[in-house]
Amino acid sequence: MAPLLRTTQQWVEKYRPRKVQDVAHQEEVVRTLVNTLETGNLPHLLFYGPPGTGKTTTALAIAHQLFGPELYKSRVLELNASDDRGISIVRTKIKDFAAVAVGSGISGYPCPPFKIIILDEADSMTEDAQNALRRTMETYSKVTRFCFICNYISRIIEPLASRCAKFRFKPLHEDIMLGRIQYICQEEGLDLDQEALSTLSRVSEGDLRRAITYLQSAARMYGSSISSDNIIGVSGIVPDDVLKRLVQACKSGEFDLAHTEVTEIIAEGHPVSQIFSQLFDYVIQSTEMSDEQKARVCERLAEADKCLIDGADEYLQLIDVASNTMRALSNVTQECTYF
Amino acid sequence: MLWVDKYRPRTLDKVMVHTEEAQRLKNLIAQGDCPHLLFYGPTGAGKKTLIMALLREMYGVSAEKVKVENKPWKVEVGARKIELELTTVSSNHHVELNPSDAGFQDRYVVQLIIKEMAKNRPLDVVGNKGFKVLVLNEVDKLSKDAQHSLRRTMEKYSAACRLVLCCNSASKVIEAVRSRCLNIRINAPSRDEILDVLLFIAKKENLVLPPELAGRIVLQSNRNLRRAILCLEACRVQQYPFTKDQVVQTTDWEQFITEISNDILNEQSPKRLFLVRGKLYELLTNCIPPELILKRLLQELMKKLDSELKHEVCHWAAFYEHRLQLGQKAIFHLEAFVAKFMSIYKKFLIATFG
Repeated sequence: MAPLLRTTQQWVEKYRPRKVQDVAHQEEVVRTLVNTLETGNLPHLLFYGPPGTGKTTTALAIAHQLFGPELYKSRVLELNASDDRGISIVRTKIKDFAAVAVGSGISGYPCPPFKIIILDEADSMTEDAQNALRRTMETYSKVTRFCFICNYISRIIEPLASRCAKFRFKPLHEDIMLGRIQYICQEEGLDLDQEALSTLSRVSEGDLRRAITYLQSAARMYGSSISSDNIIGVSGIVPDDVLKRLVQACKSGEFDLAHTEVTEIIAEGHPVSQIFSQLFDYVIQSTEMSDEQKARVCERLAEADKCLIDGADEYLQLIDVASNTMRALSNVTQECTYF
Repeated sequence: MLWVDKYRPRTLDKVMVHTEEAQRLKNLIAQGDCPHLLFYGPTGAGKKTLIMALLREMYGVSAEKVKVENKPWKVEVGARKIELELTTVSSNHHVELNPSDAGFQDRYVVQLIIKEMAKNRPLDVVGNKGFKVLVLNEVDKLSKDAQHSLRRTMEKYSAACRLVLCCNSASKVIEAVRSRCLNIRINAPSRDEILDVLLFIAKKENLVLPPELAGRIVLQSNRNLRRAILCLEACRVQQYPFTKDQVVQTTDWEQFITEISNDILNEQSPKRLFLVRGKLYELLTNCIPPELILKRLLQELMKKLDSELKHEVCHWAAFYEHRLQLGQKAIFHLEAFVAKFMSIYKKFLIATFG
């Protein structure tokens, strides 16, 4: 019999705050919800903000704290994008769950007389499905509270948004994130120097989940002492010198040089979307480029990014961006001469 | 057996390129567990080889005993029932499939199979539950819908199965999926590495490989290891003993595109466009992906252009390739690119030579 592999817990799950009070950096939300715990009064909720800021964590924590493990199953319905959430589900599953009356609570938990439906990743619901929810929300508001979680509030239709108390989750501050990471390092016996810590917080861009995932990957691959290079290795960001070479080639004004560089990048397998975002950062911070040059490069970058999302070829888009950057840097007109 | 398969390294210790990555993968699973993995890199870099070696490292030799199954799946989506047929390659420990085979229904397939795997978890003698590995190829071709549905499924069933995703371009995998995996970049082997592998194979096959020929094969392979090995084998079939100035054969379709590019450069007229169109059609009917045709054509054309024109041509190539992805019929966009190129080139000629 082959060896059986056992699973270990993901750190993201292991260090997920269990109580609302433990959620870092989101004071208003925490204050409101702690109040709820005392009074048992909860409005419909709408959490929005960038990934990895604690939206799902908060929603799960408040549900657990309100109902406790025993009642959790009967009082909380958790749906997300991986469950089918077309209009038919809204009409049947959600409505059925919402319509059920609640039983009595158990001691030890607040157990307010309503159920909670958590709709994670609500921005990927169709507009029809959202519309179907409007009436359901009002009809059963006595016994059911909804909690929508999404990244982009603009994708939630206005009638739904106006029925909810909205909470914006802020990206985590660097020092708060570092505090959390240092705590995990301590618990797991990892050794990170200052440089690695700052790299980690830089590459994760305020997304705590990403930071923890990187940390765990790095710990598994490289052992307990982790350097800044290791973090870059697991995070998939493009090393600075690759980008520098590309920019240098663009500055030279020689097309063939840039072409070689682009071929090299593709062969090395760097994700082009990542190159774009790092090139964007570079261009914005650059001191030697004029505003007009910056604008020209950025405009093309935006177009190319959209093309990539549509599924266009990486090589062609990158070479187009490179050629455009080159023309911008050498102040050649953008218009095609032989068009 | 083809040399590509014959000399494919079976274990992580035996890989000749990407030794560092292999070592890291070994460390990764040394503790008996691994996170979800996402391998990305150009074709012929060795992603699949590494994945298979990794599976073997995890489960031993039995991971290599694979059976190919063609299984019908029934998916109930609300009131509708969808029937699908999918080919999977599986061993006792892993299942491998190309979800993009299912077309627009791919999201159901992915969920169904993962749920199925979660139901049948392997048990050991003591009763501990293990996990299986699901290898998904060509994740970049998965629809956005299917990728979104992977997000939560990955978390929910993470105890029961591990996903190993494999794709060419990481840009086409949504951020949410990428952030849930350990990303492993597999770069194309360098020219020296390919040369080493070729010499190694030649030695094993008892062949005398002149360095000049090896050098040319390496150059032509474009850092694609699979292609280099295939090319070597083709040369062996062509003639042995090798001679220094032996022709390294390029594939038919590439020669054909070179021909097309010459056609375009020689004459720019509606008549010529019509001729080129026929040739493009022929390539398409032979199942050469249109993106590949366009890219190759661009490369061929660029060899003979002034640098001033190159900017413009590149821009239009990127433009039409994007349209090609959005549109339905590839020939329109390929032809549009050719027509555009002809018009630009003609104007350029007139402006330069009057």
